[in-house]
Amino acid sequence: MAATIRLQRERFEAGREVAQLSGGRNDIGAIVTFTGICRGEEAGRPLIAMTLEHYPGMAEAEIARHVEAAEKRWPLLGVTVIHRFGRLTPGEEIVLVITLARHRQDAFAAAEFLMDYLKTRAPFWKRVETAAGTDWVEAKDADNISADRWAPAPNRQAAAK
Amino acid sequence: MRIESVKLRYFAWVRERIGKPEEEIELPAGITTIADLMGWLSQRGEEYAHAFENPKIIRAALDRMHVKAETAIGGAHEIGFFPPMTGG
Repeated sequence: MAATIRLQRERFEAGREVAQLSGGRNDIGAIVTFTGICRGEEAGRPLIAMTLEHYPGMAEAEIARHVEAAEKRWPLLGVTVIHRFGRLTPGEEIVLVITLARHRQDAFAAAEFLMDYLKTRAPFWKRVETAAGTDWVEAKDADNISADRWAPAPNRQAAAK
Repeated sequence: MRIESVKLRYFAWVRERIGKPEEEIELPAGITTIADLMGWLSQRGEEYAHAFENPKIIRAALDRMHVKAETAIGGAHEIGFFPPMTGG
């Protein structure tokens, strides 16, 4: 399966990435793309910018492990994951997940699975800048989210059938 | 006895509190798990005590793989400490 994983400072274009991954193929029945965007507001205050820090070396490896896990779980025909780091401003894209499959259920499920993993396991940290200063974003349900106890997502494959 | 040297890397507010992104240390005798190491580090000064004041929320990676606090360090080359992740 074709898998592309990129960490980059630069912006990306989802359309161009889809074309690159799927162009010239006639085995694909479904393409799902998810793009995460930097919102212009944080806790009710206008957001000036967001800075993403990452663990170089580990971030790529961790995403690759997630992609492998997704491949084992669903019959995928291609995956692209792009995650940006550095300073970004509202309206800019943060993360891109593209999944290709013969059928939509597999493409949808794998994209959601990858995003759930990226949120809780990929070593990235967001810091936001507002008029009040800069602050690290707190993990949601920080007390409960534990990498150790992260159970695999419910069996969506079975549910989708 | 062989002295184990290991690279420690800190990220996000753990890095800010400690005041450096990484350092090389010799693993003291008797420090065998990630939890032991966090306990030992937190005694090295105020900045470390501040970073590790709530060790339950600190995440660790052994040679770039997520691990639990009770994991044995073994012959690891690199240990990362960081807050819960907020990517995606």
